[in-house]
Amino acid sequence: MSNHTASSNNASQNTAAKAALAAHANSHFNRKGLVQLALLGLLLLLPVAAYFLGHTYYVNLASRITIIAMAAVGLNLAIGYGGMVSFGHAAYFGLGGYVAGISAYHAFDLTPFMSWPFTVPGSDSMLVVWLVTVLLCALLALAIGAISLRTTGVYFIMITLAFAQMIYYFANSWPTYGGQDGLPIYIRNTLPLADSSNALSYFLICFTGLVLAMAITSRLMKSRFGAALTMARLNDVRLATAGVNPYPIRLVAFVMSAVITGLAGALYADLNGFVSPAMLSWHFSGELMVIVILGGVGRLYGPLAGAVLFVMMETLLGGFTEYWQLFLGLVLLGVVLFAKHGVMGWLAGRERNE
Amino acid sequence: MSESILSLQHLHKRFGALQATNDVSLDLQQGEIHALIGPNGAGKSTLIGQIAGNIRPDEGRVYLADTEITGMSIAQRARLGLGRSFQVSSLAEPLSVMRNVMMGVQALQSHSFRFWKPVARDQQLLEPAYAALERMQLSHRAWTPVCELSHGERRQVEMACALALKPRALLLDEPMAGLGPEGSAKLTELLEALKREVPILLIEHDMEAVFRLADRISVLVSGSVIAHGDSQAIKQDPRVREAYLGDLDA
Repeated sequence: MSNHTASSNNASQNTAAKAALAAHANSHFNRKGLVQLALLGLLLLLPVAAYFLGHTYYVNLASRITIIAMAAVGLNLAIGYGGMVSFGHAAYFGLGGYVAGISAYHAFDLTPFMSWPFTVPGSDSMLVVWLVTVLLCALLALAIGAISLRTTGVYFIMITLAFAQMIYYFANSWPTYGGQDGLPIYIRNTLPLADSSNALSYFLICFTGLVLAMAITSRLMKSRFGAALTMARLNDVRLATAGVNPYPIRLVAFVMSAVITGLAGALYADLNGFVSPAMLSWHFSGELMVIVILGGVGRLYGPLAGAVLFVMMETLLGGFTEYWQLFLGLVLLGVVLFAKHGVMGWLAGRERNE
Repeated sequence: MSESILSLQHLHKRFGALQATNDVSLDLQQGEIHALIGPNGAGKSTLIGQIAGNIRPDEGRVYLADTEITGMSIAQRARLGLGRSFQVSSLAEPLSVMRNVMMGVQALQSHSFRFWKPVARDQQLLEPAYAALERMQLSHRAWTPVCELSHGERRQVEMACALALKPRALLLDEPMAGLGPEGSAKLTELLEALKREVPILLIEHDMEAVFRLADRISVLVSGSVIAHGDSQAIKQDPRVREAYLGDLDA
């Protein structure tokens, strides 16, 4: 049989591979697509409508949902796609927030952030804030990830938590930037061509950030890197046997995940005009994790669905009782027991593997 | 010796008081199937671990062609052309057969830090993977999730994954285990065809298959190679009969 295959079937093999692929890649518009479009469409249209009806409160609420969803998109890349259960993503969220806060503080005060060995002034430009956030979050995640990824399972969860708590206590005890009282941002940082102080403009900035983060995640997971990351999650022995070392793949994914969450943190601080150690606390790491699980682990739209549900419950139930997290707990219990694939799995059906 | 594709030189490995590998030297020549047999607890798994890279020997060296691979990682060895299959199939079960096989192709072509181009439309990955599946007569299952495959088919997928690496040597850990007579016969046929291109180090319990396939056999007992030769010589070796084969007469 080998002779036969080798000589005569080269051409037909080529076409067979293409045919198999064509049948396979032929995805049609389905329930999942509809749910996703509805989710994203409502998130865009409702705040626009609210703005023109004069309800700025709801526009800001939508910005909050959007930013938290973006932070969860970052965490989902680590947990859902990479199988790295980080319990310390508040570190990057808070770091992004403090970059925005500290930068604005020095720009407002007209004092330099540091003057030796060279002068680094503050800046009220979001572009500068974002660039610095990307760099610092990548560096921090590289250091934390390089150490944490030597462990797995419960140890990984604990070590990421430990690092995040170190940073939390550091911020708590650094009086220059408010310590435990936090740091106000008196004037929202600015962006060229947009009036960032306008609620709707700011929502649209955040919305763009969320959509970009989701688009990048989606594209990334279809690439060779994504294929390797998926394999690292499912069976790292297989990945190594196939000739790819899992460790650097995981590390790079961890860094990307942290950068996305960090950028969300910078947006969050500017939304609230305030940054405090609460953004760095383990409570927030836990909330992000809850959001990812609620929405559907490893689903592209999971973090968005989870963030909508979480912030809605917080806002609606929180208005009735300060014990609203009791109901959150019940919902989470229901999801974990009866809808293992989260809200997105429930609404849009199970994800199909290829 | 210069024609050896894979060679182990004086390997030693000790776990506490247990000498799991005791001065083992083996080699694998182009075009052959070299079988490694031995009773349970003989140290086969430890030896495989030292070849594949998950166990470091205390002493001795491992060469793949002219390259020393003793200190290399599993992934490095794979890229240099050491393909392997596992005693219990180790695949990414929710993924399709193609996705599993494509990973080896990907590793061979470049590093995996490519973030943009989708793999699902990448003919550079699809075609070699599909060809490897055809060699293993499994192309009709290309887009089936591995978890829906039978035992024997999974074994074929593992072999296709190994072939995707364009291997210089194959390390097969009990490929016949759990296959049943039909699957076993089919795999025997595939291996016979394969060995002309890639030499195979075969660790196997199924004696019928070993005696049919192997050009040379080494017998491992208590960490040492006690006998070495073709199947006739091994069958007649009194030490082997005593230590391992018992009353087997064939």
